[in-house]
Amino acid sequence: MNTDRYRFPFALLTALATLGLVCMGGLVTSKGVGMAVPDWPTSFGYNMFALPVNQWFHGGVFDEHTHRLWASSVGLLVVLLTRWMGGAPARKPLAIVGAVEIVAGVSLLGMGPEWRGGGAFLSSIGGVVVLAAAIPGFRLPSEGMLPMLAWAAFVLVQVQGLLGGLRVVLDKALVGHVTLGTLFGLLHGCLGQTFFVLLGVIALLSSPWWSRLPVRGNFAGRMEVRGLLLATGLVAVQLVLGASMRHQHAGLAILDFPLAYGRWWPLTDPESVARYNQVRMDESTVTAVQIQLQMLHRLGALAAVGAILTMTVRLGRCFGWASPMGRGALVWSVIALGQFTLGMLTIWTNKAADVATAHVAGGASLLLLGTALILTARRLTMPASAGTESSRTQGLPRAVLQGKP
Amino acid sequence: MKTLVPIAATVIAAALPLSAAEINGKVTLKGTPPPAAVIAAVKADANCGKVAVGEAKSRVYVVGANGALANTVVYIKKGLEGKTFPAPATKPEIDQKGCMYYPYVAAVMVGQKFDVKNSDPFMHNVNATPKVNKGFNFAQASQGQVNEKVFDKPELGVRFACNVHPWMIAYVNVLENPFFAVTDESGAISIKGDLPDGKYTIEAFHQKAGTQVQEIEVKGGKATVDFAFDVKS
Repeated sequence: MNTDRYRFPFALLTALATLGLVCMGGLVTSKGVGMAVPDWPTSFGYNMFALPVNQWFHGGVFDEHTHRLWASSVGLLVVLLTRWMGGAPARKPLAIVGAVEIVAGVSLLGMGPEWRGGGAFLSSIGGVVVLAAAIPGFRLPSEGMLPMLAWAAFVLVQVQGLLGGLRVVLDKALVGHVTLGTLFGLLHGCLGQTFFVLLGVIALLSSPWWSRLPVRGNFAGRMEVRGLLLATGLVAVQLVLGASMRHQHAGLAILDFPLAYGRWWPLTDPESVARYNQVRMDESTVTAVQIQLQMLHRLGALAAVGAILTMTVRLGRCFGWASPMGRGALVWSVIALGQFTLGMLTIWTNKAADVATAHVAGGASLLLLGTALILTARRLTMPASAGTESSRTQGLPRAVLQGKP
Repeated sequence: MKTLVPIAATVIAAALPLSAAEINGKVTLKGTPPPAAVIAAVKADANCGKVAVGEAKSRVYVVGANGALANTVVYIKKGLEGKTFPAPATKPEIDQKGCMYYPYVAAVMVGQKFDVKNSDPFMHNVNATPKVNKGFNFAQASQGQVNEKVFDKPELGVRFACNVHPWMIAYVNVLENPFFAVTDESGAISIKGDLPDGKYTIEAFHQKAGTQVQEIEVKGGKATVDFAFDVKS
């Protein structure tokens, strides 16, 4: 059975599931329910997958536990994607990684009751990876960089899961004045967006649309790649700033917009900050650094939207408005303006969880679209002789190429 | 005989370094803080809505008659250096009832045990996030469950939160000596204990209004102190 044509839908499904996971994580942070389940990888001492339903459907537990289960599902999809994209050559390394995880997990089981949950969880992951390695078929790896990208996703999904878990387990551990919970939460938030972009790129490169994309040698367009890199870089900086604000769980550092505490640039001396805190009616207390962070995020938003709008005009003129680049850039601009609006609404609604979560999803989408435009621009502007080479069959055993078991 | 009485009193006073004392006063708020917001999530929650007591409101500023400010911790900050005090044997309780913490602001001494109780017929988690002391986060799944806790370092405003119901917040203040009080809606300060006569620095700390410090002198076991916070809305 030729399974090639199903690779793109499966990659797309995985990317969409990851976007959902980013949203779910955003909701958990927006609602401040990340610690509703105090333990990990167990949930209230239960195996994560065996938590009684009546405990699951309960306030913030629902959001946090659903996030965990959803993440596990995405992990499963990524393991399968790695097996599928990697073809037969992926079986051996998957089997080795899975076996190592099983052995490590079983070792943890013997280290005492407090390690049992972790041991069981790691063994389960290893079991899934070994099972994926045992799946027959799917002999031919995908073309070009796709197997490598799938392996990158395989590594990232496990690192991301570990970061999410450490954010819970080490929530109270202090390094200087920063809790490891905050630090790992920030890394978890940023890596989540990166992971989504990676899955989006895998879906893009495995799509029939991408393989039909002509290599035209548009040399004028090469100049635009730098601009795209700059604009996408600004979006990435914005995501880091946003994640830094969100994962300090300090609420909104500035409650008004477009002014900030009644001024275009707020005072941040100790007396002024004390005065701001006196009249905040939420439970949070803000610091001067948090106020400055939000101001940077506001300036960054202006810079990022300005760069995206500028690049849209340039790309439309260079590649044509009806071209993939022109249309993609228009969508980019629309999302950027929507994202700016969501940023304003986040403040005006006092960080309503759904609005703030949509803002997170908007940021992730902007980063993905920027990356997709960079890749598309590079492909369209590479010399016409390039881009046709297939590495799909490189390094494969003859038996595999001949379809023998 | 008449001369023996003052001599005996002097001897007894010298033998007892501490004596019963009382510091009284009032904490008030000048100005009008923003109105307390209704916490609609309490009624909206499937479980909390069934056990909610009245309309839950933000307790950031609880102001009684004539500007009396509740939830202010007043304590002796300086003047007792070098002295050690046993932790009170009394065991304060922080209760989770109707998806709210009671009290909103509590105070304990370093080493003083206190109970965290769940009076609701469903689960809460208790997530304490001190900056100096060791934090904890545990679930209280059943009604009536009580967990005993203690902090071993002085720290103001240790935040307690339930992340299952994220509007649930309380603060526990951990103090070095037993001479402290938390005001109620009368704003009244009443600190009683074996505090010797002398000069002290006394501080009032409110989670939002901030801190104020005054110098007081306890004479004949009595002292009076008033604090007035100024908050512009």
